[in-house]
Amino acid sequence: MTKVVAVTGNEAVANAFRQIEPDVCAAYPITPQTELMQRFAAFVSNGQVRTEMILVESEHSALSACVGAAAAGGRVATATSSQGLALMWEILFIASGLRLPIVMPVVNRALSAPINIHCDHSDAMGARDSGWIQLWSENAQEAYDNTIQAFRIAEDMNIRLPVMICYDGFIISHSIERIEYLDDDVVKNFVGEYKPLYPLLDVENPKSYGPLILTDLYHEVRKAHSEVYKKVPKVVIEVAKEFEKISGRKYELFENYRLDDAEIGIVILNSAAGTTKDLIDEYRDRGVKVGLLKPRLYRPFPYEEVGNALKNLKVLCVLDRADAFGGSFGPLYLDIAASLCNFSQKPILINRIYGLGGRDFMPEHAAEVIEELKDIAKTGKITKLKEYIGVRE
Amino acid sequence: MATPLNLKELSKQEVRFTAGHRMCAGCAAPIVVKMVLLAACDYSVVVASSTGCLEVSSCISTYTAWKVPWIHNAFENAAATLSGVETMYKALKKRGKIDKDIKFIAICGDGGTYDIGFQSLSGAMERGHDMLYICYDNGAYMNTGIQRSSATPTFADTTTCPAGAVIPGKPQQRKDLTRIMAAHGLPYVAQASPSHWPDLMKKVRKAIEIQGPKFINIFTPCNRGWRSRNDDAILLSRLAVETCFWPLYEVEDGVTRITVKPKDKKPLIEFLKAQGRFKHLFEPGKEKMIEHLQEMIDKNWESLLKEEEMTLPKEEGNK
Repeated sequence: MTKVVAVTGNEAVANAFRQIEPDVCAAYPITPQTELMQRFAAFVSNGQVRTEMILVESEHSALSACVGAAAAGGRVATATSSQGLALMWEILFIASGLRLPIVMPVVNRALSAPINIHCDHSDAMGARDSGWIQLWSENAQEAYDNTIQAFRIAEDMNIRLPVMICYDGFIISHSIERIEYLDDDVVKNFVGEYKPLYPLLDVENPKSYGPLILTDLYHEVRKAHSEVYKKVPKVVIEVAKEFEKISGRKYELFENYRLDDAEIGIVILNSAAGTTKDLIDEYRDRGVKVGLLKPRLYRPFPYEEVGNALKNLKVLCVLDRADAFGGSFGPLYLDIAASLCNFSQKPILINRIYGLGGRDFMPEHAAEVIEELKDIAKTGKITKLKEYIGVRE
Repeated sequence: MATPLNLKELSKQEVRFTAGHRMCAGCAAPIVVKMVLLAACDYSVVVASSTGCLEVSSCISTYTAWKVPWIHNAFENAAATLSGVETMYKALKKRGKIDKDIKFIAICGDGGTYDIGFQSLSGAMERGHDMLYICYDNGAYMNTGIQRSSATPTFADTTTCPAGAVIPGKPQQRKDLTRIMAAHGLPYVAQASPSHWPDLMKKVRKAIEIQGPKFINIFTPCNRGWRSRNDDAILLSRLAVETCFWPLYEVEDGVTRITVKPKDKKPLIEFLKAQGRFKHLFEPGKEKMIEHLQEMIDKNWESLLKEEEMTLPKEEGNK
């Protein structure tokens, strides 16, 4: 029996952790993640889980301890945001390079300077090429569901890679929403027993982790590593299908919202997709053929599938909640452009930057983008390839 | 029964750090590692190392010198990494998934311990993980080519504080990490030297049998960095002890014991003159610098003696 509750995104994810009961969790406070690990720590203190917590002195040590704990041979999780993720950066690559299935919610928050505790996607975008699988989540339900699926994906014997679950700081982490919780035993059965692979604690069969590999073999090791990512989308879909059976909720590599016959398209991640979908419905009611693509598996990025889903549009705006400074485009735009570049038929592409440091993404912002796309579809003319929207003048 | 720490019995034990590693000829670090693992011969152990000489030379491509489970994560996080391994051990024991007794040992250089790894070490010790952290202290970043660390002795010539016309080697005093670790209130902290191997092994044995976080700082000569002969690692370790440059002592539950007291405290100059890194101190007009170093050593030794007197129980002190 599912249970319907009204909780914050952080509470929902903490509850997923309670149901999964990792062997070890490392935690270090950072807004807006703090509430998640605080709630989980209460489950530990009250004996509701047998998890051992490591209350470290920094995020660098949080992830370092997770690497040690995962190599030791058990189920491991942590969580972070913003500067914390930035501090972990060095170890992100080590966790993925050592093929350790660590699960980490990233509660998206802007990066300093100037310091800002509110939502944008700069943190996780900066880690997008660190070898972690990234699942992005529109709302608290998706954050909860993705967390449960993340353990299965990470721990799949063909994958064994760390996974980030991204959801928007404050907008999702601290807002109360309606959530359907699965039963504890349903979640436990779905996630299953942890299967160790080359555990350090198997002292009879000693293994060395973290060798030096130089010019003779490093290139080959990295090539072999890159091959693993090709297997990820299939596993993500298989896990989603099984998850649908226990939850009734369907997940794919990305969400295709009224896109099939659309001429105008928007690509957008996380919570702002919800607002945009409402506007799309309004425009559809007025006969405007507009649709949306919301990536879920952002790393590894399903370029071919995304390209196929978008190629027939006339015009497309990629909305980025992070900028790639240095005269470049937003990171999501770059991936969408890459997924379309080899199709002979493809839409005109523009990039809009919104919502940095928690600036609200309002329905009128979505409307503004759709109106602009309508004009471009009519005239074929782009005024600005990349521009910030919602800027106070 | 515990294996007695004598040569006859120890020689029967498996050496769990094998030959074929790529450490330099005459390096004291593999000697220290073998002594540590031999002292721990009655236990299954998991070892963690920070990036450094020992790490890059002991596990290369498909070869490893470690016959025990071993993990290298990064430069600054061996303590945090091992705290993760140890916590997983506790978690799996609690769930009945593991029944063996396993000990956890970090073996890291001074750069990865005193400097970049200091926060990770302090954090792991404060959290009270059941682990023994060993620093093999060779007093500089030897792996990258002899750069100064906070463990580098005053006036030593290194590649980032070269003895020049204006600056005479490292201007600062070395960080006394052993004292800092003792100030964490750990159940066991010690300094050891491979020249005094029974003392070193006794300390490792003692530390490993105490529950909680332990720290041992081990003097580890590096002939490349110190510009000394490559067969004098043990000689230099002994001189370091006999001149009181590296006193052998332990702090156990707040009680300080000097475990080896030199019968005749040798002048520091004996230790300095065998090393090229102090060569510039023997140029004419630099006598004051050696005097200054001698004063520092004397002051530290006196305060250690006082500390022992203050903390040692009367009945033990009167022996």
